[in-house]
Amino acid sequence: MSLDQLYQQIILDHSKQRHGSGLADTAAPEGAATGQSHQLNPVCGDEVTLRLAVADGTVQQISWDGAGCSISMASASVLSELGEGMSVAELHSVIDNFREVLRSRGKVQADPEILGDAAAFEGVARYAARVKCAMISWVAAEDALNQATS
Amino acid sequence: MTAVSTPASLQRSVHAMDNAEVLRIRNDFPVLDQLVNGKPLIYLDSGATSQNPLSVIEAEQEYYEQRNAAVHRGAHHLAVEATEVFEDARQTVADFVGAQYEETVWTSNATEGLNLISYALSNAALWAAQGRGASALKDLVIGPGDEIVVTEMEHHANLIPWQELAFRTGATLKYIPVSDDGTLMLDAAADIVGERTKLLAFTHASNVLGTINPVAELVALARRVGALVVLDACQSVPHMAVNVKELDVDFAVFSGHKMLAPTGVGVLYGKQELLDVLPPFLTGGSMITTVTMERAEYLPAPQRFEAGTQRISQAVALATAVNYLSETGIDRIHAWETTLGQRLVKGLESIDGIRVVGPASGSERIGLAAFDVAGVHAHDVGQFLDDRGIAVRVGHHCAQPLHRRLGLTATTRASTYLYNTTDDVDAFLDAVSGVRAYFQA
Repeated sequence: MSLDQLYQQIILDHSKQRHGSGLADTAAPEGAATGQSHQLNPVCGDEVTLRLAVADGTVQQISWDGAGCSISMASASVLSELGEGMSVAELHSVIDNFREVLRSRGKVQADPEILGDAAAFEGVARYAARVKCAMISWVAAEDALNQATS
Repeated sequence: MTAVSTPASLQRSVHAMDNAEVLRIRNDFPVLDQLVNGKPLIYLDSGATSQNPLSVIEAEQEYYEQRNAAVHRGAHHLAVEATEVFEDARQTVADFVGAQYEETVWTSNATEGLNLISYALSNAALWAAQGRGASALKDLVIGPGDEIVVTEMEHHANLIPWQELAFRTGATLKYIPVSDDGTLMLDAAADIVGERTKLLAFTHASNVLGTINPVAELVALARRVGALVVLDACQSVPHMAVNVKELDVDFAVFSGHKMLAPTGVGVLYGKQELLDVLPPFLTGGSMITTVTMERAEYLPAPQRFEAGTQRISQAVALATAVNYLSETGIDRIHAWETTLGQRLVKGLESIDGIRVVGPASGSERIGLAAFDVAGVHAHDVGQFLDDRGIAVRVGHHCAQPLHRRLGLTATTRASTYLYNTTDDVDAFLDAVSGVRAYFQA
């Protein structure tokens, strides 16, 4: 396992060009139900506040503010790009799949058909100390999704 | 008796340490002889926990192989032997920091030592209110209107126990701020430590900034108003000569695992007249004189603060670690680490985009350096270095308020010990100089 497999170019790119970053800059679409979740990893200080807007059973918008390592920031960016436009059920199932891959210690391969750019985080699964970095925004999204649809 | 390996240091004279000696020392540390990610391990995280020489590992094993028994009870041979080595260990550690035997209390670690003082002090208020204990206890009572003073550079272990003591007693917590150069604002301190101050707690050396605080000046501020002084000596006792009597502090704490010993053992030093009147923190077996169904009378220190079966093998191993440090020479170690620390800071300062926190090179510092890399999170820096076999610590190093003061959430910290060479520092600096390019920052 080389460092380059952990830090794939797509991750480095997303860690700098952050899709969906900036809660204050993006108003939730009118008429959409929203949920917001704040997640903190006290061990490393990674922090994400994510807001998710749902209308007509579709995820309209995923916006977030965060501070943390490149893995955590890139993961939030990829999630935001990937999740927008999905149905509620689809996003739930993608989150479940992502979690399964990340917690598999490298045993479960990522399927780009399902995960899109998020498949690039497959390498993180082999670095036990970094799994939470990749998961933090996805945990926030799951929580926000449940709020928006409850 | 099992042969215990002789530290390489035994054969040495008093010349200054050099890389050749350090490489001999390194042979005493089995864990350092390994590859990490295919590269020789360079361990620069001794500020978090240090490694154990073979003599320390063997001392713990030898204790279990030859004399394991509960101390201070039982008349059988093993119990007597165990008690003897346990108490000899106490004397060895007491001598190392200039304390008396009776003033040296075993704890699990420095954190427990600080909590012990905090709880003993709030118990003092409860006892005094009910007329229990010695009359001298009244002078130690902390209550509403009183103030407890810490500093902005404290490890959470020397902050939270005082926040909680303030909460339990109704006292107010204040702090001495840190200036931009990573030293304490002593002018402000003179105002902050005032007539209401009952206790002043501060670290001897900062685990993040590397600053060595002026103990004498701070103690003088406390003495002026009759406040107790608590010294966190976690980052000083393992690395430099510390004499608690010369420093004239009332309490001092340090951890074994940061000074070549196993985890699970630490030391609380307290002036005897204080320890003998303070109520205990933990109560139970081994710390009592007479017990009835209604109440108990307690032994004087140190047993007063050592309830329950103690960490005997760890205490014995800590004494062995102290011997290793003494035989190598704590002043020689300090001089060597000062060299390493200056090399670290100077090297980091010369790398583009690196901001070292704490005093600049040339100023007095301990042998560690924490820094920020522009555009790269500390966690990523740590991962990059680990890939090259270099172990450092990343995060807030249990000092969130200090990082907030510095305008950072996390830093990367390299910390040295007697088993690090200048080559280790140079390899680390070489790796750090490649971090920003790798992350395209």
